[in-house]
Amino acid sequence: MRALARLVARADGRGGTVLVELHGETPLLLRQTPTDGGVATVHLVGGAAGPLAGDDLRLEIEVGPGAAVRVHTVAASIALPGRPGAVSRMAVSAVVHAGATLHWLPEQLVAAAGCAHLAESRVAVAAGASLRWRDELICGRYGEAPGGAVVHTQVDYGGRPLLRQSLAVGPRAPGWAGPAVLGGASATGSLLVVDPSRPAEPATVDGTVARLPLAGGPATLWTATAPDAHTLRAHLTG
Amino acid sequence: MATPSLLLLVADGRFPAGAHAHSGGLEAAVAAGRVTDLASLEAFLAGRLATAGLVGAAFAAAAHRAAVPGITDADEAAGSAGVAESAGSARRPDALARSAARSRTLAQLDVELDARTAAPTLRTVSRRQGRALLRAGRAIWPDAPFGDLPASPGGAHQPLVLGLLCAAAGLSRLDTATVAAYGTVTGAASAGVRLLGLDPYQVQALLVGLADACDGTAAEAARAADDPPERLPAAAAPLADIHAEIHATWEVRLFAS
Repeated sequence: MRALARLVARADGRGGTVLVELHGETPLLLRQTPTDGGVATVHLVGGAAGPLAGDDLRLEIEVGPGAAVRVHTVAASIALPGRPGAVSRMAVSAVVHAGATLHWLPEQLVAAAGCAHLAESRVAVAAGASLRWRDELICGRYGEAPGGAVVHTQVDYGGRPLLRQSLAVGPRAPGWAGPAVLGGASATGSLLVVDPSRPAEPATVDGTVARLPLAGGPATLWTATAPDAHTLRAHLTG
Repeated sequence: MATPSLLLLVADGRFPAGAHAHSGGLEAAVAAGRVTDLASLEAFLAGRLATAGLVGAAFAAAAHRAAVPGITDADEAAGSAGVAESAGSARRPDALARSAARSRTLAQLDVELDARTAAPTLRTVSRRQGRALLRAGRAIWPDAPFGDLPASPGGAHQPLVLGLLCAAAGLSRLDTATVAAYGTVTGAASAGVRLLGLDPYQVQALLVGLADACDGTAAEAARAADDPPERLPAAAAPLADIHAEIHATWEVRLFAS
């Protein structure tokens, strides 16, 4: 299954945000939900099971100067096996213009047994814009070892590299469950907060959650491992 | 051309770059109770090789590529375009253009590696190790283009310095990536002997078992170096970041990282 969804937001000039484009294709359906104080809120509704290996899904988000958008998904997405040898791919690309804000706060990605999934995020944040970007990965359904999944995140701030990370789990990622990478945790994730108005904070660690100030801009990455999705979410509230 | 002895010299833990002072995150992993024996050390080394090992080797290979331009180097082609190869008087501007292109590439690699190193402690450690390696490199190969490294306050990242140093030693790009990948596992392995009191023969056997994976990682890194800097490997390890920041808070530790 191939699908392209697109969301374009503009400031309405009165402190609010209008969605000038909101277009989806099964299984990527976008629904605007009640606005929250000038922030346009959109839910991504999965219109089919999956992603299944072989699916190629793309979501493009553009937040115009001064606009504010929050995107959620209604449920966790479960990467499942499909055609032998095929890979499922979910690519999200976002552009956040000056003075704009984007919150990308989806539910978890679950890598089911036998899946082969690539989740790719590419985000360009203009200098002075704000971002909250959360990624959560659950390695396998309950009591199950995951298939192959790669979560790749690439964020630029003001045209300069801010974050590049690619987390690989599953049978083709050597040592992924071991003490150098996840240490047996079945849930892991990160929350990136880009906020030019927030003063820089030093790194801290609490158990398996670290707050890490990044080098390439006014940004902090929370990174965590956890035994389950619920605990992980509690770690990634920023 | 490098001799086999030069490869061995540069890869040797006794090369004066302070590598023995670092455990590659193992000390914190041991303290957290995650590495306790040979089996968990092996899993640690495999995970480290596939993440920090791959990224470090790819950046070392990319820095080597900047120092030893191949025929596919677009920057270099642009820099020397129109300069007659035989003209002696054109040599100098050619060298300047080459140096400028190299500086641009190295500066780009520097910020790309920062973006792959979320933990500030790991950024500091990489730059500190880069400084130590640079001292050795400058003393041994005074004519190498270390001056083209970005002038970051904390020093240049270790893989960038290593790439230039290996190029100066005449090593190939693949050899350079191998030195980098090998260093990420051998340092942590010998720290394992000290931290856990493991049998050194058994730990060495572990490294022998990882040799194929190390060569495979180096080959992948050397290939990746042809990609633009933003596409270089970015393999992440959440616990590496977490362990590094825990370790940095300790008042007493055996290893610097």
